[in-house]
Amino acid sequence: MNRRAVSVWMLPLVAVLVFGVALSATLGYLDVSIPDVFAILIAKLRGQSTPVGIDPVAATVVADVRMPRILAAVLVGGLLGVSGTVFQAILLNPLADSYTLGISTGAAFGASLVIVLQIFGFALPPGVTIPIFAFGGGIGTLAVVLFLAAGDRSLSSTSLILAGVIVAAILSAAIGFLKFLADEQVGLIIFWLMGSLAGTSWANILLLAPAALLGTLLTVYYSRDLNIMATGDRAATSLGVNIVRLRLALLTVSTLMTALAVSVSGIIGFVGLIVPHMLRHLVGPDNRLLIPLSFFTGGLLLLVADTLTRAVLPVEVPIGVLTALLGGPFFCFLFKKRQRDGGAAF
Amino acid sequence: MAAPLSEQHTGPLWSLSEVHFSYGDTPVLRDISLSLHSGQCTGILGPNGSGKTTLLDLLAGLQAPQSGAIKFQGRPLSAWPKKHLARLLALVPQDFMVRFGFSVREVVEMGLHPHLHRFASPSEADQALIDQVLAATGIAALTDRPVTRLSGGEKQRVAVARALAQRPTVLLLDEATSNLDIHHSLELLHLIRNRFERQEIQVVAVMHDLNLAAFFCDHLIFLKEGRVIRQGPTDEVLTPATINAVYGVEAEVSASAFTQCRQVSFRLPSSHEPQPIS
Repeated sequence: MNRRAVSVWMLPLVAVLVFGVALSATLGYLDVSIPDVFAILIAKLRGQSTPVGIDPVAATVVADVRMPRILAAVLVGGLLGVSGTVFQAILLNPLADSYTLGISTGAAFGASLVIVLQIFGFALPPGVTIPIFAFGGGIGTLAVVLFLAAGDRSLSSTSLILAGVIVAAILSAAIGFLKFLADEQVGLIIFWLMGSLAGTSWANILLLAPAALLGTLLTVYYSRDLNIMATGDRAATSLGVNIVRLRLALLTVSTLMTALAVSVSGIIGFVGLIVPHMLRHLVGPDNRLLIPLSFFTGGLLLLVADTLTRAVLPVEVPIGVLTALLGGPFFCFLFKKRQRDGGAAF
Repeated sequence: MAAPLSEQHTGPLWSLSEVHFSYGDTPVLRDISLSLHSGQCTGILGPNGSGKTTLLDLLAGLQAPQSGAIKFQGRPLSAWPKKHLARLLALVPQDFMVRFGFSVREVVEMGLHPHLHRFASPSEADQALIDQVLAATGIAALTDRPVTRLSGGEKQRVAVARALAQRPTVLLLDEATSNLDIHHSLELLHLIRNRFERQEIQVVAVMHDLNLAAFFCDHLIFLKEGRVIRQGPTDEVLTPATINAVYGVEAEVSASAFTQCRQVSFRLPSSHEPQPIS
């Protein structure tokens, strides 16, 4: 990766993100100043008690309520951003993301299933079961999609996307049926399908942080191979890239990343689609730069969206709705603009 | 140029014995036994669907035969580590399609991949090599242009530049000039032929155009329905009899004083009835 790009893009982005995290922690029902936020966090990290001169209630709110939610927003956004970039690079399709492959729908099906089972009297602890089922649904869907596409030995992107669209269509129908079964309690499913970061705890962060770190490092490790894959399967193979192994490995890692994010936050659309798009427009298609940047940009984007719904808007709008309402029109604009600029749209 | 001449090898580059290959139930290559030698620019010719590209894929190690043995430099092809093979063999595909807007330079730099450690940046010598192949293929002026915005001919030259940046021992061309006009075809073939004559690279080329093959290749292999029909030095095998046996057309082969090589003209056999395309 070239050093100029790091100093031009990466460092300012990280700085903005850190500032955003601090700023977001001051916003909300209780007013806390930025220096106080840092003082509270440093004390918390050192295991000290609340610093003198700071309201202990504010300290608890910042350290145990706001911070986990803020970090969860950054990590979930980062996971979605990176996995979106990798999906697009592997499937050679700038419109690909975890939806195109059916993975998000699979995860949503898993979560909806738990909710319906509870309605029918199965005593499943939702805090644990929903993430596990969402995760299983995502992975299971990938397995089915890979199985369907495997007739084509090189695992081409067309087969994968077709298989993904078919499986997603079946799962959507199944989710529709679950909603029907849920009857009056359908709201529980709908709330989950629209995504929310309310109520995230430090336990979630312990789950998300290592996944985000490992996943991002692994995909960065293969980023040069991913670049070469954009020039076609035969050409890539003759440059020594093992395309089948690369596709399998990176699809699995990205699915794990998506499923993990979805299991904590519910369905949050458009981040995985828009972030890589916007960045490719700004810095070009080199995955060595694109992947780390998508982590920070995805994180920043979701942090802004979550802060809006948590502290700025009068009512808490489900974050998935907010990202779709903000991201959708932006995407349309981008799409049209690129057509006007001429040439292949992407 | 720092071609890996230290890995000099005597004997044939490739030797194939009784190679069979099929896609599913459809046999593509049957009972191929061949030797390909260095020091001769080899052309693979034959009608559509005769297995030319598949044969090239087998030579490049992109596909493995169902039965039979392929050796490269005396060692079974399957025993070569892929990364090592990528330093010796470079493929120029027929349609070089790039899906994202990488710049021309970025694409050509990908040719360094098999030589570069994963996180290493290209050295100054590498950069000089890139500049040199960009200039040699006539695309130096396009370096910063996104490849997605190039014409077919320009893209094909990018593919050749990348293959040269790979510093291969053997360049494998898969109808590399079939999308180019005659001027660009000749230019590209001259460029490659020059490097071959300076013994910088060996060449195996799947060709479509018999006249270009006559100009470009010293040795020809004719395939039909997955079998080798004829092979040998161009001057010996490029005859009306071969062309008739392989393509089913009548041909006249003459030594052209103008091009300094054999030239072919064709016509359909006089008894020929147009056949319904099945």
